[in-house]
Parts: sequence; C-alpha cells; structure tokens
Amino acid sequence: MRWRRSPSEPRRGRLRVGRWLFATFAAMIAATLVYALYPRPMPQTQAIQIREPQLDLERLRAVAEFAAIADLDQRSIALFEEAGRVIQHPRCMNCHPRTDRPTQTDAMRPHRPWVSRGPDGAGEPTLRCSTCHGATNFESSGVPGNPMWMLAPIEMAWHGKTLGEICRQLLDPARSHMSREELLQHMSEDALVGWAWHPGGGRKPAPGTQAEFGAIIKAWLDTGGKCPA
Amino acid sequence: MSYAISVNGQVHHVEDDGQTPLLWVLRDTLKLTGTKYGCGVAQCGACTVHVDGTPTRSCTLPLEVAASARITTIESIEGVEAQAIRGAWVARDVPQCGFCQSGQIMSAVALLRTLKTPTDRDIDVAMSGNICRCATYNRIRAAIHDAAAQLGTAR
Repeated sequence: MRWRRSPSEPRRGRLRVGRWLFATFAAMIAATLVYALYPRPMPQTQAIQIREPQLDLERLRAVAEFAAIADLDQRSIALFEEAGRVIQHPRCMNCHPRTDRPTQTDAMRPHRPWVSRGPDGAGEPTLRCSTCHGATNFESSGVPGNPMWMLAPIEMAWHGKTLGEICRQLLDPARSHMSREELLQHMSEDALVGWAWHPGGGRKPAPGTQAEFGAIIKAWLDTGGKCPA
Repeated sequence: MSYAISVNGQVHHVEDDGQTPLLWVLRDTLKLTGTKYGCGVAQCGACTVHVDGTPTRSCTLPLEVAASARITTIESIEGVEAQAIRGAWVARDVPQCGFCQSGQIMSAVALLRTLKTPTDRDIDVAMSGNICRCATYNRIRAAIHDAAAQLGTAR
C-alpha cells in the first residue's frame, strides 16, 4: 500500500510551474522588445497653428448715408450719435475717467495696478505712466503704448455722462480746452486718439477708422454741431 | 540683430531680437538674476530696474528701446539713498520670501531720490505698482520712513 507520495513529486510540480513562469516572462520580454524595436516613423516637429484673435471689426456709417435726413438739426444729431459709437467705446472711455484712476478692458474696470493721473495726466511724479507704458504697444507683455500716453483732463471726464452731456462738454471750450477747429483736429488727427483703432494686444479697436470718424465729426460740426438730448 | 546695451556702467553686446523684453536679456543673457520675473505683464513690479534713473518695468521694455538708455539693476544700485534703504531693510528685516524685494528696493530708492521726506500717501502712490505676496507692506513703509529719517539726519 502506498500511503505517502514520493519525495520527488512536489519537486517535479514546482519545476513545471517554474518553467511555465519562465516561458511567460520570456514571452513578455520578447513582445516588449519587438514593440520597442519595431521600425516606425519618428514624430516630426510641426508648426503650431497660431490662432489669431477673431476681432469683430465694426464699421462706421459713411457721412453720405446721413444725407437722406432732410432736417439739418436731426442730421447733425444722427451724425453725433454715430460718432458716439467711437466716443463711448471702451478704447476711448478708459482714458476719460471721472476719477483720478483710469479704467481698463472692455469691462472698463479700474486700472490695475493702482495708478493716479498726477499733475499732468501722465501719472504721479513717483509713478509715471511710462513706468509701464512705452512709445508703442508691446506685444510681448500686451501693455499698450503711445508717446503721448496720458489721461484726458478731469474736465473732460466722460464716465457716467450721457452722450448728450458729452456732446455739450465737447463744445464748451471751458471744459474741452478746444475750439471747434481744434476739436476736429484732435478727433481726426491726434495720434493718441488714433491709438483707439490700433490698440494691439487682442483689444477690440474702435469702430471704423480715424479718418471715417474725423469725417463724421466734421459733418456734425458743419451741420451746426447739434447735440442729442 | 546686435545691440550695445549699457547695464550697471558696462556696455554689453547682445545678439537678440529687438522686441525681446529687457528682463529676458538681463536674466538669460547677462545672468543678472537679481531682477525677478513675476508676471511678465507689468502687473507686479518684481522686474523694476532704473532706466536713465527712472524706475521702469523691464518685462515690458523692448531691447531695442533699452539699448539707447542707461540701465541700473539691483546688483549695482548705489548712492546714499540706496545705502539708507539697504540698512533700513536689514534693520526692519523687511523681506519674507524675498521674491519681490529687488523690485521694491528699486522703487523705494527712486522714491527717496524724488521725495526726501515722503508721507504715507507718497509711499503708497510710489510703491502701489510693487506687489508683495507676503504682504510685507507695513514693514516696507516703515523701512522707507526709517531710511528717509536717516538721510535727514545725515544731511
């Protein structure tokens, strides 16, 4: 009678398991090597497509489009309302604050960091606008610039005013510090005003062009310079 | 393109794009790493250097513009105001993490060169463009007052 297993039997069993494990391991190594060494094309450097910000360029209506308004006063008001699309645009309003602090962005939020207009509108003597703002827009930092970078005088504050109030303010030399001829020149030729159409840094420009805006201002003045209510 | 740039009294010839921010040139090319990169968009003041004696954010100053000016960085700021500021900074143990401090010091020195006895408001106005994430503002303000007082005594 055989009542116990031969001492060699477990050893043979262990050997079988060992061989099976070894074969599996060797197969895995071989598969990994085949996968790693299988020739395939190397990834090539590819140019990343630069996504230009899609800016909605708004047009200004041409002066000729207002000729249909027979009443001169009404035509003049309509012309100024068209000009108001530029005047009340954030690119212009941000530098016409009613406080000593400019505003920023299309949301016209207070300027960050904190800055103040100072005695000449170009910043406090110890924190000038030119600490950050150069003579041109700087695309690397996105900081806008112009050689004349400064705020409009506080008497020319536009924030919180209706278009009619802004209109009467523009025509009042005591507040605008400009005659009508100077006002026209400011609107149609001033380089800092012109920045509004070339703001850089993905900012939305004012509607139309400075030349079109100047033509509207001229037509408005030529029709009597009437103001909305 | 090659630019001759005057930094800390030495003229360096730099081969780079003219639109490279001065901060990149200072840190990467000239290895003047005392001037810090904080935000890159002129919001924090950590990169402040003096351009012809005026505090300016080097992250938003193109190399082609900086090349025509005299640049001074934290590594070589000197004069009685700088010494007074340095002494007050140490005495008050102003820095916490220290990252913004070179910019703070450059603005503080420029302030004392403009106003000999600045008030709290003067300090707030001049330093408002220099942000400190550790909020050491009270110590900065106190140290500027100390430096001004020391300069007043010395005079």
